[in-house]
Amino acid sequence: MPVYNIIQAVNDALRLEMRKNPRVVVLGEDVGRFGGVFRATTGLQEEFGKDRVMDTPLAEAGIIGTAIGMALYGLRPVAEIQFADFIFPAFDQIVNELAKFRYRSGGEYPAPMVIRTPYGGGIRGGHYHSQSPEALFAHTAGLKVIIPSNPYDAKGLLLTALRDEDPVMFLEPKRVYRAARGEVPEGEYTIPFGQAKIVREGQGLTVLCYGAMLHVVMEALEKQGAAEFDPEVIDLRSLVPLDTETILESVRKTGRVVIVHEAQKTCGFGAELSALIAEKALLHLEAPIVRVCGLDTPFPYTLEMEYLPSPERITKAIADTARF
Amino acid sequence: MSTAVPTPVARPSGLDQAPYQLIAPDGRCDAARIDACAVPAAQLLALYRGMLRIRLMDERLLTMQRQGRISFYGEARGQEAAVVGTAAALGPEDYIVPALREAGAALYRGLPLAAYIAQIFGNDHDLTRGRQMPCHPGSRAARYVTMSSCIGTQLPHATGMAMAAQQLRDGHVIAGYMGDGATSEGDFHVALNFAGVFRAPVVFVCQNNQWAISTPVSQQTATPTMAEKALAYGLPAVRCDGNDVLACYVAMRALVARARRGEGPQFLEALTYRVSAHSSSDDPSRYRDESVTAVWREARCPLVRFRAFLLGRGLLSPEGDSALREELDAEVRAVITAEESVAPPPLRSLIEDVFALVPPHLVEQLAEVAAALPQKPAH
Repeated sequence: MPVYNIIQAVNDALRLEMRKNPRVVVLGEDVGRFGGVFRATTGLQEEFGKDRVMDTPLAEAGIIGTAIGMALYGLRPVAEIQFADFIFPAFDQIVNELAKFRYRSGGEYPAPMVIRTPYGGGIRGGHYHSQSPEALFAHTAGLKVIIPSNPYDAKGLLLTALRDEDPVMFLEPKRVYRAARGEVPEGEYTIPFGQAKIVREGQGLTVLCYGAMLHVVMEALEKQGAAEFDPEVIDLRSLVPLDTETILESVRKTGRVVIVHEAQKTCGFGAELSALIAEKALLHLEAPIVRVCGLDTPFPYTLEMEYLPSPERITKAIADTARF
Repeated sequence: MSTAVPTPVARPSGLDQAPYQLIAPDGRCDAARIDACAVPAAQLLALYRGMLRIRLMDERLLTMQRQGRISFYGEARGQEAAVVGTAAALGPEDYIVPALREAGAALYRGLPLAAYIAQIFGNDHDLTRGRQMPCHPGSRAARYVTMSSCIGTQLPHATGMAMAAQQLRDGHVIAGYMGDGATSEGDFHVALNFAGVFRAPVVFVCQNNQWAISTPVSQQTATPTMAEKALAYGLPAVRCDGNDVLACYVAMRALVARARRGEGPQFLEALTYRVSAHSSSDDPSRYRDESVTAVWREARCPLVRFRAFLLGRGLLSPEGDSALREELDAEVRAVITAEESVAPPPLRSLIEDVFALVPPHLVEQLAEVAAALPQKPAH
């Protein structure tokens, strides 16, 4: 079985689906001839031509807006936004148009498509190459929000996204784009949306995370001694739809919860998880729910590793929660 | 001798001529020019019928809004020629990506009047399930995309649909409509730029009605025309008299043919005037000189003009016109009567169509709503 990184897994999924479904098209800045600034679309234009792999003008609202038109017309577009930080010129198109098309048209005009975008910090990217906007999209009715943490999931979830009947925000953790490597089966396979993965079973407490933060959590366990508290580590993989069953089952078992995400704390997705657990499993809790998140500041440059949840911060939160 | 400093170019030449016109406001025309356009009599009568139908419908529905029977209405009064003339030039399988005032185009190409009125009431017959304000119809069968209330956002969709049509090589053309206000939005520029770069078969139609609520076109842009913005993106552009339905039809027909032949995106600026308020929530007397409006409303009325033309050409008689008005008005009244009493969509429709399948968390949320609904009196 080949060993891929996340970029190669994404590329493999796109290539397989484009071979199978002639209606799948890719568009974005620098995705064609150059193969994307992170190389995720390498070789696709060579194989599928300029009609199906389109280098666009530099305008995110245009990339998303025209992709919506293609989806309305029956194509299955995959729009790449070069960095999630640059998605905001297209925010209106995503929130007011894409997310609402099926609803506002009574199902006459659904717009199934995929928006791929690298997100997150830890790559010396400063304000505008580091942000994690997933909560904004999870807060928008009509969008599915998917965040893989490893190559196997990236391929299987992207193939699901490409066949889904709804718009999918596919956020790729660029900090581990190349660092996260793993065996990836050749050929097609899909991973259903709304199924979290229990990465490590445990009895002591529940750690909820996704994307690049999974790797930081595992580092806390493996190198900082957090494993001694026997955490159950859950990789959400899919924020919308959310696997509430797996989360609540774990919380009922452990009674203690630490939530880790790199997006800023206030109104981050951890707030939703926290509220969900409070609503559905309050009487099972043995300790306050703890969130380890980015600060409520713009994303910094020099001190980014202090801003981001670190193995040390996560270990302390796990220890404090376990001992509460 | 060249000068030492460059002379800036102010604007492209060729835009200062009068807008393309075939029929003068009083109905007079040059018969040879009309004949050269080769528009069959049946088509001319269909244009008139289409315009008259929305005029009568708008009048009736605005009255109903004043009576409190519907919440909102946005008329197309005075713009019927630009709406119907351009839409009539499209093929039956071409798509319309509309702005606010093109509902007449949907009706012209076959959206049943009952479907339009059902959307106004937001009742259980509404294809869009009562989810938007009045005047936001949409129908796949009529190839009329369901608009949002956001300005200009539809234009990149029109470009993208045209890029898809180009890729599927189906020979269809997309018409993307906007008002003059939309040309200030980023999406307008993005849509034209992408269309130009990809040579997409889209025809943009700008109904320049000179007002965006209270903002006159002179405060919307420093350029004297909307057409020159299109030129900047490599789109050929035509300006036409938007109150001359035949000019709109013939100009659009030529642009649609060019787009269909693979000559890339095209732009039509139909010069007209918003003689009514922006919507039933607006009061134009607070911000503009309504004596100017009166000229457009009466002397430049597109229906008066085309009626005079048809009478002059012997294609319509005063009796025939009266009969047509009665027929259309009766249709509008009958449909309103039938739709006004239709029940609202069922509660369950609240959570449908958010996603292809209704997810469990929405079922749970709806159950909470349903459990607290006031009990209906049992009798």
